[in-house]
Amino acid sequence: MMDRTLMGGRRSFARRAVGAQSAMWRLDGVMLVAVAALCVIGTLLVWSSTRTWAPGSTGLVKKHLLNVVIGTLLCSAVTVVDHRAIRAYAPLAFLLSLAGLGLVITPLGATINGSHSWILLGGGFAVQPSEFAKLGLLLIIAMLLAQPGEGTDRPRGLDVGFALFAAVLTMGLVMLQPDLGTTLVLAVITAAGLVIAGVRKRWIILLTLIAGAGVFCVFAFQMLEPYQVARFTAFLDPRVDPRGVGYNSTQSLIAIGSGQLFGKGLFDGGQTTGRFVPEQHTDFIFTVAGEEFGFLGSLTVVLLLGVVLVRGLRIARLCDDRFGTLVAGTIVCWLAFQTFVNIGMTIGIMPITGLPLPFVSYGGTATFANLISIGLLQSIRIREQTFN
Amino acid sequence: MIRMRTRLVVLQVIVMAVLAVLSLRLWQVQVVRGQELVTRATETRTRSVIVPAVRGQILDSSGRPLVRNQTSLVVSIDRTGLIRMPEQGVPVLRKLGEVLGEPVKQLQKRITPCGPGVSKPCWTGSPYQPIPVEERADTREALQILERQEEFPGVSAEVQSVRQYPGGKAGAQMLGYLQPVTAAELEKREGLKAAFSGVDLVGRDGLEYIYDDELRGKAGLRRVQVDRMGKAIGVEEQVAPISGDTLVTSIDARVQALAEEALQHAMKNAPKADGAAAVVLEPKTGRVLALASAPGYDPAVWAGGISDRGYQRLLSDSTGKPLVSRALNGMFAPGSTFKVSSVTSMLRAGYPLNGTYDCPGAVMVGDRAFHNFHGIGLGSMNLHTALVKSCDTIFYSAGYAQWLKDGGLNPKKTPKEVFANTAKAFGFGKPTGIDLPGESAGRIPDRAWKKNMWAQTSGNSCRRAKTGYPEVTDKSRAEFLKRLANENCLEGFLLRAGDSANFSIGQGDVLVTPLQLARAYAALVSDGKLRSPRIGWATIRPDGALVRRIDVPVVGELPLSKKERLYIKDALSDVPSDGTAAGAFAGFPMNKVRIGGKTGTAEVWGKEDTSWFASFAPTNDPHFVVVVMVSQGGMGASTAAPAAREIYEGIFGFGEHKKPALPGGRPVSKLPKIAADGTVADGPVADGTVTEGTVAGKTGTRTTVADSTGEGGTGKGTTGEGVTEAGG
Repeated sequence: MMDRTLMGGRRSFARRAVGAQSAMWRLDGVMLVAVAALCVIGTLLVWSSTRTWAPGSTGLVKKHLLNVVIGTLLCSAVTVVDHRAIRAYAPLAFLLSLAGLGLVITPLGATINGSHSWILLGGGFAVQPSEFAKLGLLLIIAMLLAQPGEGTDRPRGLDVGFALFAAVLTMGLVMLQPDLGTTLVLAVITAAGLVIAGVRKRWIILLTLIAGAGVFCVFAFQMLEPYQVARFTAFLDPRVDPRGVGYNSTQSLIAIGSGQLFGKGLFDGGQTTGRFVPEQHTDFIFTVAGEEFGFLGSLTVVLLLGVVLVRGLRIARLCDDRFGTLVAGTIVCWLAFQTFVNIGMTIGIMPITGLPLPFVSYGGTATFANLISIGLLQSIRIREQTFN
Repeated sequence: MIRMRTRLVVLQVIVMAVLAVLSLRLWQVQVVRGQELVTRATETRTRSVIVPAVRGQILDSSGRPLVRNQTSLVVSIDRTGLIRMPEQGVPVLRKLGEVLGEPVKQLQKRITPCGPGVSKPCWTGSPYQPIPVEERADTREALQILERQEEFPGVSAEVQSVRQYPGGKAGAQMLGYLQPVTAAELEKREGLKAAFSGVDLVGRDGLEYIYDDELRGKAGLRRVQVDRMGKAIGVEEQVAPISGDTLVTSIDARVQALAEEALQHAMKNAPKADGAAAVVLEPKTGRVLALASAPGYDPAVWAGGISDRGYQRLLSDSTGKPLVSRALNGMFAPGSTFKVSSVTSMLRAGYPLNGTYDCPGAVMVGDRAFHNFHGIGLGSMNLHTALVKSCDTIFYSAGYAQWLKDGGLNPKKTPKEVFANTAKAFGFGKPTGIDLPGESAGRIPDRAWKKNMWAQTSGNSCRRAKTGYPEVTDKSRAEFLKRLANENCLEGFLLRAGDSANFSIGQGDVLVTPLQLARAYAALVSDGKLRSPRIGWATIRPDGALVRRIDVPVVGELPLSKKERLYIKDALSDVPSDGTAAGAFAGFPMNKVRIGGKTGTAEVWGKEDTSWFASFAPTNDPHFVVVVMVSQGGMGASTAAPAAREIYEGIFGFGEHKKPALPGGRPVSKLPKIAADGTVADGPVADGTVTEGTVAGKTGTRTTVADSTGEGGTGKGTTGEGVTEAGG
């Protein structure tokens, strides 16, 4: 493994920042533009979907803007930090995220929308530690699997064991909330880490089988909450109960479909104005894009997310240290999974799961976590030894 | 690192595939299925609200309202919302019951949709529409509900228009009533479904039923944009309702009131009387001027859904079944009033008009003696006197003779049955076809009827002939019944001699309705043409334009020449002055208006006699036919005739009446002019009767309110009083 130091550590920060060989010029600008565009679109959609709550209601959109600003600051801060330093802090980050999840279980935790996954900070602000847990788990898995075994490029069995232990621990705490969506994201992060790190295929197949058996047991022994089973049945056939559990999927499909090719225009979506789709500013925000911006607009959202993902994969590919590649790859898998499940559920190809759309949905902690992950990607990017 | 890079490439492929799947699905949903989902979105986003049309008024011949609309505060319950509440909304109903002063149980019954095992007062309309539970809430009640809406979820108070009856009980059975339309009725009315909503009412009886299509108007439609909670956030489309047409009737509100009052007095004076009817026709046109039935009821009980007790009262024996119109459905033996038919039968059978006939105290019919009234013989006389003095034996003999001619108990193949056929030609035995529903046919017991009857009852009669009547305590009565049963069993299919004699004086099995008798007399004293009486005169659009005149169809002709008709009319003209009704009309200014008529006293076994008086006036040029019937009223001359006299006194302004109810003692001959603004123009001079027009409820259409006081009241009242703007 090559060990590089970022150019001329002795020069002042200001000179380094603007210098010809400055890291700033090595940021992935395309990705940043796409993320910025998504944030702007998200803000407009949050505005459109919350504007009818009360006459002249702008409270929520202001809060969302504040979240985006804070997220951008966090993103910049993470970008500046060398990702190898981050590797050193990975255990700390993981433990902190575990502590956060533990706090939720204590009386400090609060229930919002049936999910006991919040810690109220007062002043109308609340954090959702499970969002940070995604980052924490992602970092600890990358750290553990980054070190290959002797004479091989596969991670050591012990490290894989530790990684799986960390994953099970985190997922167990999240399941207690219960938050099925985040649990699935954590599973995807774990799986992505293992796959990218080069764990043997038979191991992966075995783990997949175990996970499959686990899922089977969950259904067989009825460990799911009734509403979760209902959501799944409703996904298979929304006509089962169009006023009840099938309501969300039916209404979101109607909202998106009625946007047709060009959409009804911002603030002009009748379904949005009538608030027929529940959770329209958070999990179902894509329906607003679908109705008001039409196929062209919603395709733009998909493509912008695609740009972020593809550029993220490029960073992973170009990175020449295992930790960076692992972090970048898992982040892409995480965001891709969340994108697919979120948009998929609004257009009826995935069951309804409480996952926000990255960079677009309203929600402080999720916005922070997503933008921090972008910061991580950029941090990896600017320290790559590439000259293109 | 190579292995990692390979796996990243695989990841890249997966990511691209995911993006492609999302894009393709978006294309499918938004572009391919876009139009379909736009339609579905419109369905979700909008609610169609039916805006009921204002129902047309029913006016009398001078434009006075018999039925009008009045705005009132209506309290309704959204049942679908209520049953989802804790305890199925019982606590809410309890609170509502306190405000309205109605027990919870009763409210629950009224909002339960009708169905098998669920009887009145259940809700007959659509279960998804608000159910009105109080149609005449006062402001205090409405405010209690509206101001504490959070305590009354699912309960609303709105301004709506409700039928109002200025005449109170007058003509209640004739006017009919409204009830919510049922789903079954909606199904039947192909193509008209859009005209109904669950809250819509439909005429269930009387004029409201017959002229329902015209009175109802055309409902409007308001497509409202709603949000997820069903809260209206805007109007997308609006089609204004078209108000129903006004029905002008030939009823004169004052004559109607006179008739009602006369029946009241008659019922009071005859202690055993259990029902009465009065019919006033204009003989020349066949139009109905008044149609009264006692006991009556206040049609306002129907508003807001009738209560269980209220409904039972309308149909119970203890209250005398006030829902049933005696004028249409009261079938009674007509007694001597029927002799106009019998005398015609005699003429058709060949008896001379100017012949002399013997009126003994009794005649033998078969092996039985049939007596005159009190068994008194009156000597020989002409037909004129026979009618005036109401001799029975002349008619017995004639009826019996015709029966013998037809073959008696061994009838010819085609018996002539002159008496029965003449009665049918007078319109008896079948409905008159008046513009009211559910009219009774009466009964003319000819030979065919006898046979029919026997086919239906012989089984029972033959059984009784064997078992007798052990439950009848009176021994001689039981013996008589057993003998009768035996007779009916063996030869009940035969028209017996006694039947023919009874028939000739309107007794026995002959049954007529007061309306049938009235229109027969109307034909007799006018042009001999039998008409199907009409109450409706014309329908008029709310703006005053005539839609159609309702003609009175001629349905037959009396089998009498003009000379014969005038002879009979002349004879009847002497009855109130010299004949059986002379006592009842003592002191009546016959020199001013001469009344003609015929009394009738029909025996009913085990009950008091039915009292009849069929009459017309003035005798030289009759403008009015008045028939009064009082069930269990006793003698025709003592109960029905005085009631008819009361009506005449009112019409012509005699006795205690200072002014004639009808100016000039003639029925109104011209339709009232309804001005474009809904006021009645050129209204006749009235005693301050206020004519009020339609008032719209929550329709958003401005409607005018007429307020004409008759005397120069043209256009005076276009002040728009009571105009209601659209709610919400």
